[in-house]
Amino acid sequence: MKYLHLILSALFRRKTRTIFTLLSVLAAFLLFGLLDSVRSAFASAGNDIAGVDRLITVSRISFTLSLPKSLLDRIAATPGVAEVSYANWFGGIYQDPKNFFANEAVAPNFLDLYPEWQLSAAEREAFRKTRTGTVVGERLASQFHWKLGDKIPLEATIFPQKGGSNTWTFDLVGIFHEIDPKQKDEEQVLFFNWDYFDEARAFGNGDVGWYVSRVSDRKLAGRVAQAIDTLSADSDHETKTQTEQAFQASFISQFGDIGMIVAFIMGAVFFTLVLLTGNTMAQAVRERIPELAVLKTIGFSNRSVLLLLLSESILLIVLGGAAGLALAGVAVSALSANIGGALPMLPVGADIWLRGLALMLLIGLVVGSLPARRGMRLRIVDALAGR
Amino acid sequence: MITGILLLLLLLWLLTTRSGRQAWSVTQVGILTIPQRLGSSLVVVVGIAGVVGVLVAVLAMGAGFAATLKQTGSEDTAIVMRAGAQTELNSVLDHDTATLVSQMPQVMRDAQGVPIASPELVVVTSLPKKSTGLDANVELRGVGEHAWELRPALKLTAGRRFQTGLRELIVGKGARSQFAHVDIGSSIQLNRQSWTVVGIFESGDAYDSEIWGDAEIVGPTYRRGSSTTSVLVRLNDASAFDAFKAALASDPRLKVDAKTTRAYYSDQSSRLTRFINILGITIGSIMAIGAVFGALNTMYAAVAARTREIATLRAIGFRGTPVIVSVLLETMLLGLLGGVIGAGLAWLIFDHYTASTLGQNFSQVVFAFEVSPALLWTGLKWALVIGFIGGLFPALRAARQPVTAGLREL
Repeated sequence: MKYLHLILSALFRRKTRTIFTLLSVLAAFLLFGLLDSVRSAFASAGNDIAGVDRLITVSRISFTLSLPKSLLDRIAATPGVAEVSYANWFGGIYQDPKNFFANEAVAPNFLDLYPEWQLSAAEREAFRKTRTGTVVGERLASQFHWKLGDKIPLEATIFPQKGGSNTWTFDLVGIFHEIDPKQKDEEQVLFFNWDYFDEARAFGNGDVGWYVSRVSDRKLAGRVAQAIDTLSADSDHETKTQTEQAFQASFISQFGDIGMIVAFIMGAVFFTLVLLTGNTMAQAVRERIPELAVLKTIGFSNRSVLLLLLSESILLIVLGGAAGLALAGVAVSALSANIGGALPMLPVGADIWLRGLALMLLIGLVVGSLPARRGMRLRIVDALAGR
Repeated sequence: MITGILLLLLLLWLLTTRSGRQAWSVTQVGILTIPQRLGSSLVVVVGIAGVVGVLVAVLAMGAGFAATLKQTGSEDTAIVMRAGAQTELNSVLDHDTATLVSQMPQVMRDAQGVPIASPELVVVTSLPKKSTGLDANVELRGVGEHAWELRPALKLTAGRRFQTGLRELIVGKGARSQFAHVDIGSSIQLNRQSWTVVGIFESGDAYDSEIWGDAEIVGPTYRRGSSTTSVLVRLNDASAFDAFKAALASDPRLKVDAKTTRAYYSDQSSRLTRFINILGITIGSIMAIGAVFGALNTMYAAVAARTREIATLRAIGFRGTPVIVSVLLETMLLGLLGGVIGAGLAWLIFDHYTASTLGQNFSQVVFAFEVSPALLWTGLKWALVIGFIGGLFPALRAARQPVTAGLREL
């Protein structure tokens, strides 16, 4: 620590060069922060802590096929199931197909299974009582500037109404918010009453898209899932029951290997960064050879010179990298507030910072090692003589 | 075009005018001394290669996806779905509707007078993917007997067509590359029934991601009875589409939408393609900013190293412009080299690289990255612009240096 001043003054010996290098490092880590935020959003989609005790039951053939409602009572009677609810995918469009968000018809007790979505008792009650009522997530409401009492028309893509009309109009009676800041993407959804939906739709009446059940003991989840699937075994509507985590993880994995794409891009970025800062550090050491010789002359050991130079390169990367990650944090919160569901992103939190810092230290060491060794091996006589 | 004219003008200026020839000779000196500054010049080249490589690769992904969907379909075949349904998966047509649609006068008839129409049933089934072993969705299309005439591009590359009335399937080339156990002879379980794969087909478009069977057997398997999701028809000619659409709209028995198949598949690609392009340009821009600062560092150092030489040139009568141009040209040449390397690497690694993602029908769309010449050119333009910006400020400094101070420099 006592040498910090020395390191800093060495670093800013050539201000322009250091600042340009810092800005390059900043750009690299800004990109790292943004991409890692997206990557971890995809990776954590199946890791919602709140979802561990929920099971999702869909048709074994394909989750796009519906199931009979008669399964409800039988699932409820399965030992280990504490509560069961159901829902249907509606797939409605608000104004323009570009405004994509999930909208689902849900059973009266559906929201009870999701305690992480907070909805006031009054709004919960209003949703139960209003036939055409709808509840949306806070982020979705702010994206379209909806407020309580608004009428929200959706164009059906799958389910026309009995009269043949494709337009379903709902009354906004509640706005919920997700308590886990990492799962704010779950606010990108609209719910309405299944009973109204089932009464008004032209076909498919009595069919349910999927069941969601809460198990009384999460350790028994696997066994309960099997028991549920046994209910419909060998019937013509066999089911597949998974934990919510597993269900989401398998869905997300279908978008493609996001981790690999991010790794490829960051590989290219960090490779060029190492070369760029490596060059800067090499220049910096080359220019300072006589100074380093003086340091050694007045008693700095080879090891201290090595450590000084290494710290200098690490500091260079950490300064630029930290600024880049901080900027990424600002950018992510601005982006997710504005484009919302278009691209899932996690806030730049402790885990991304830790990974980032580890990378900074590593790159700092790699970049500094060659110039620092050169500084360490310097022979005073040669260096002072300019040989 | 504009770039070409600019290049030509630059070349003319370099060759014909006095200051142009001066600029060229100063540039030559600069280029010849690059080996003395190899390390730092390499930084410019590799930095820009990185930007261009990533940019071209990401854009090639979007272009490949768009191309796969846009090649699908034609102007003279139309797809009819229930009104409001954006995708086949969302649509249901009952048997009567499908028949009414095929009877429209704008639909072409074959030699026997039968309309060339194929009522089709698209369902989704899940199969394990080769890469992850996890189940992913694949589109299963039950087709009518005219399906082949409606897609002339589709060819069987191995095996044979499925026989009508049998539980037989043919698998698209893309689906075969992504999913496990779908080779000829494999059996696939669909709703507790065993189906046999008897052929592999290729059509170079979105159909390659699908598995096909006989609609009349797929329907009951999926409890869809005789209903279908869409009807594909061949029109008398492409100009008949408007009349066909109007005829459907005016029939009170029908509540359907029609699109040309080309329009239907193009629409499906637009959202994801736009998204990938924005992503590619954003990532490219951030990387470009990093590369610009790298180039600035290198060129400032280069100019500083040549201070005395430049001051000497100025002293013996060289003007400022040739000095500026020579530094700019040098950086842009380095940039161009980086651009060629980056674009070349992207082309070598990613051209025709196959990937798949979730399409609008909630099932996998297999596509190949497409590194087109236009895309390579875009990459080179980026390289030149980065080189230009990275060289501009050092060039100005070089020209502004007072001659006397420069000559005294060690």
